[in-house]
Amino acid sequence: MKLYCLSGHPTLPCNVLKFKSTTIMLDCGLDTTSVLNFLPLPLVHSPRLSKLPGWVSKDGTLNLEKELKECAGRVFVDSQPEFCLPEKELLDLSTIDVILISNYHCMMALPYITEHTGFTGTVYATEPTLQIGRLLMEELVNFMERVPKAQSATCWKNKEIQRMLPGPLKDAVDVWTWKRSYSMQEVNSALSKVQLVGYSQKVELFGAVQVSPLSSGYSLGSSNWIIQSHHEKVSYVSGSSLLTTHPQPMDQSSLKNSDVLILTGLTQMPTANPDGMLGEFCSNLAMTIRAGGNVLVPCYSSGVIYDLLECLYQFIESANLGTTPFYFISPVANSSLEFSQIFAEWLCHNKQSKVYLPEPPFPHAELIQTNKLKHYPSIHGDFSSEFRQPCVVFTGHPSLRFGDVVHFMELWGKSSLNTIIFTEPDFSYLDALAPYQPLAMKCVYCPIDTRLNFHQVSKLLKEVQPLHVVCPEQYTQPPLTQSHRSDLMLELQPPPMPYRRCSVLNLPFRRRYERVYIMPELANSLVPSEIKPGISLATVSAVLHSKDNKHTLQSVPKPPPVPPSKKRKRVIEEPPVVLAPKPLLSGAVPLEAFLATLQKHGITEVKVEETADGHILHLQAEDTLIQLEEDGTHIVCDNNEPLRTTLRDLVLRFLQKL
Amino acid sequence: RSCILVSIGGKNIMLDCGMHMGYNDDRRFPDFSYITQNGRLTDFLDCVIISHFHLDHCGALPFMSEMVGYDGPIYMTHPTKAICPILLEDFRKITVDKKGETNFFTSQMIKDCMKKVVPLNLHQTVQVDDELEIKAYYAGHVLGAAMVHIKVGSESVVYTGDYNMTPDRHLGAAWIDKCRPDILISESTYATTIRDSKRCRERDFLKKVHESIERGGKVLIPVFALGRAQELCILLETFWERMNLKAPIYFSTGLTEKANHYYKLFITWTNQKIRKTFVQRNMFEFKHIKAFDRSYADNPGPMVVFATPGMLHAGQSLQIFKKWAGNEKNMVIMPGYCVQGTIGHKILNGQRKLEMEGRSTLDVKLQVEYMSFSAHADAKGIMQLIRMAEPRNMLLVHGEAVKMEFLKGKIEQEFSIDCYMPANGETVTVTTNPSVPVDISLNLLKREMALGGPLPDPKKPRTMHGTLIMKENSLKLVSSEQALKELGLNEHQLRFTCRVQLQDPHSDTDTLHRIYTHLKSVLKGYTIQHLPDGTVMVESIVIKVSSSTEDPNTKVLLLSWSYQDEDLGSFLSTLLKKGLPSGLC
Repeated sequence: MKLYCLSGHPTLPCNVLKFKSTTIMLDCGLDTTSVLNFLPLPLVHSPRLSKLPGWVSKDGTLNLEKELKECAGRVFVDSQPEFCLPEKELLDLSTIDVILISNYHCMMALPYITEHTGFTGTVYATEPTLQIGRLLMEELVNFMERVPKAQSATCWKNKEIQRMLPGPLKDAVDVWTWKRSYSMQEVNSALSKVQLVGYSQKVELFGAVQVSPLSSGYSLGSSNWIIQSHHEKVSYVSGSSLLTTHPQPMDQSSLKNSDVLILTGLTQMPTANPDGMLGEFCSNLAMTIRAGGNVLVPCYSSGVIYDLLECLYQFIESANLGTTPFYFISPVANSSLEFSQIFAEWLCHNKQSKVYLPEPPFPHAELIQTNKLKHYPSIHGDFSSEFRQPCVVFTGHPSLRFGDVVHFMELWGKSSLNTIIFTEPDFSYLDALAPYQPLAMKCVYCPIDTRLNFHQVSKLLKEVQPLHVVCPEQYTQPPLTQSHRSDLMLELQPPPMPYRRCSVLNLPFRRRYERVYIMPELANSLVPSEIKPGISLATVSAVLHSKDNKHTLQSVPKPPPVPPSKKRKRVIEEPPVVLAPKPLLSGAVPLEAFLATLQKHGITEVKVEETADGHILHLQAEDTLIQLEEDGTHIVCDNNEPLRTTLRDLVLRFLQKL
Repeated sequence: RSCILVSIGGKNIMLDCGMHMGYNDDRRFPDFSYITQNGRLTDFLDCVIISHFHLDHCGALPFMSEMVGYDGPIYMTHPTKAICPILLEDFRKITVDKKGETNFFTSQMIKDCMKKVVPLNLHQTVQVDDELEIKAYYAGHVLGAAMVHIKVGSESVVYTGDYNMTPDRHLGAAWIDKCRPDILISESTYATTIRDSKRCRERDFLKKVHESIERGGKVLIPVFALGRAQELCILLETFWERMNLKAPIYFSTGLTEKANHYYKLFITWTNQKIRKTFVQRNMFEFKHIKAFDRSYADNPGPMVVFATPGMLHAGQSLQIFKKWAGNEKNMVIMPGYCVQGTIGHKILNGQRKLEMEGRSTLDVKLQVEYMSFSAHADAKGIMQLIRMAEPRNMLLVHGEAVKMEFLKGKIEQEFSIDCYMPANGETVTVTTNPSVPVDISLNLLKREMALGGPLPDPKKPRTMHGTLIMKENSLKLVSSEQALKELGLNEHQLRFTCRVQLQDPHSDTDTLHRIYTHLKSVLKGYTIQHLPDGTVMVESIVIKVSSSTEDPNTKVLLLSWSYQDEDLGSFLSTLLKKGLPSGLC
């Protein structure tokens, strides 16, 4: 069993597991941090961005002023943002049988994998994962396509040139494999390969392996996966949460008894408490509004935003923000809000019981109904006429490189009255802000990452007790910036097996048994005998049928009657057809009892001779020798086949067959 | 009504817990004393599964759980769990508050009963206990309707509840995978009907409503608040829009809005088209359909009223019916099946004078129309489901005996499987023949698969040998050698040696060679070796030759074999005793 690791990003994993003749891809994460190296894509012409100076090396020998621009001491690529894809060279992607998706954030590279690689398999995901994943992809494509950029910068990717560039561009890895966003057509084609599954549904793969998603508690429809055969079990744990937010709670007990547990998607903010961050978010928001400023919240269109809106729903009245407009701007804002209300089955118990009333599970329905929250597909159109300040704007993309958020950065960045509050943990806020410097607006960093922290995960592992743990190498040492915090790493016995991008791990597995089914007819014919207390044995002779990786044992068919032919006369010369070979024998033949048995069968003249290892019995009348030893019996008998078979059967009475 | 008890692999499962609408006395509830005379049902039942929210499938649930006594798990889908208590409460109000009956469950009992419900998701495998697992499939009959697959060990049963194999305006079609259950328990409401196309029925329906409205008549459509009502609302709504009609459409009781709200929240349970477009336009927000008030029934002019309940056995639909029955301009359209004993059933059978409570009679002058809109599978649909699931036995329930008999014949003929149709209170026993799962050592399996080659040869089946170790609850199949080793047993060698005298005037070496050639010609397909140390080996049987001391032409052959080669050894000794053929060189 092997694990191929195609992504180095611990929360956006992409691994391939080879297990019992199946090839299973676990998640398909797209590393979007690469876009931080690019200039933002403005929705309307930005004089500031277009006036940025081009970059020329200090000695003047390298001139890339068309491709690279400088802003506040950092260099950015002036081109459509590109993403760092999962490794494509490590194994042939067309051999992948299935892709298992754990949550909608971990499927963003799907079109790159399923299209143009020869992939012919199936993708498994839950319904919310598919629907919200589709929205996020649609949004990404929309963000990119509505501001097309003619120029495509490639010179800087030249190895010789990249080496001379200032950091962090210099240190960016695999830049020549970075790709632009996919098209909507590719998204549709990729998602048409998705097959929907429900929690705890057992999906058979080729009869060899069974996979099953479990609730992971992180987002709507998010799942961990169990990959198992009758005797081996691999658990794949990705983005999981033990906090009670909106999704169904995490199913922990089903992870028990794993041979291998692959652990990814722990919190990226191990020191930030989500509840505390939520409090800080609210108080900063209220403070800015009261002072007459605007609040910008860069966020994804699904996920934590539901919790933020719910928190605000309770907070608005008490903070006297009843008249402040809240705007949610995204091409998929409406869909995201609507979809969140129809997945009752995937929600926590509290929200489920609301649906029974029937009421919408999320209170943002009420915010919309009372006109406190308004959503728009973009800043163009209705929004521009209805927009009132001061206000709160939720919009994407959290990298601040594309989407409507770029416009608000340009609009509000210059005033210190305004505040930007970062809630998404995926991007360093300083890097995100770099191309907007110098900036007057206040910046508040409240990353809300509900995924498991190190304390929770070690408790979880103690409970579910996997034999081996595999995890990204980042989890086996404290973070670089906090190297003294030994509590911010995984300490396990035996130590976890670390992986990095391009690792190929041999998983420690010894498969020893496989499941077969004994057909009823054969089962009825078996004759078990007790060999030790509580242990019975039966010899089995059967025909093995293997079909679709399922094995069955059937009775040996009776040989067809020999057709009468000329050969009949010579039938004695036909060698025996061995149907059932004789079983192995075990035990010993006790002398006294054996002699008594012989006597019963009319053999009375027996001369017993003691030897080093046992006895030799001389049957004088029959001129036959029987050598009895602890672990063997030898019958020497000439020219008397009936006697020999009688003796054989008498000996067999004392022995166990197996 | 449905209430079925299944015993499988030592587990007892109750499938649905329905109530009979035609009775007003004790007979309306199933006879639970059938399960146990005294004591609570909890000890006898492992779980209860409710397929959908219609009262003939869940109406007796509070009675069973709270009044008879059952505390175990009750499984139903989320929409069923949401809607079922509302219908139960509705029904309770009609029976207790309006008719003043006693010995009926209370509101609190409904609530307590619902607390025992565990929601079920589609395709989720729920482990009821270590052995019993259940899985729900989409049934398409009403919102949240499910079929269930029940499995214990290698035995399984599928119960369909009510289902529909053709998608309609708001629900999708039932689907199940090839799960090959031992028994498929299917409803058979429309056992003999093969319904004409959906479109024709819809056109007919609209035509009749339209004609009646044109001549100034009132149209009453008795429905259950959830299910068919929504489909007909969508149908009328679009028709009204297209034809620009002005006559009002009403929906009785406050349940409508609430009901539509359920549809909006459970949109994932509706059909593909509605699910795809719900963000832009929610099909369950109606423009032309308004809430009904009791006083509207006396308004002049045409109108269409949807009123509950569907079989005209009580409530508002019955009240309106009484009001409108005397006018031949009016019309009542029964869009679904009516149980025997209900007024709906009577008027559909052409009865024109009805005896009402208090000895009065009612003349029925209005037009009575029947339109089969209730979403049950017809004969074609039932056959289609059998093809999907490939059951080993078939059991028909929830239908009329004569029609079921016909369908039974068809099923037995087409699929050659046994088909049963028990009456209420009757027990059917179906014997299954489960295979025994065993763990085989991978070494043995791989060895066998390597020997067998990639494709099995039907003419020459390979026989595999091994030892089955039965220890506590585990069954392990290993090679005999491994079994010895694992159990710490010593092997006992049983050997035989046999001397055979032979007249053969040749040297010892020549004789040995002649034996070799002879055996080669007789024993095809065996390994025979002539070894340099002066022995011939057939498989593991050793043959040595020496000359007799008295007569050099008399050879003494020494055969030695182990018990494992007994058959061959015995054969060889007999063969060689007969001497060597003279033609050998």
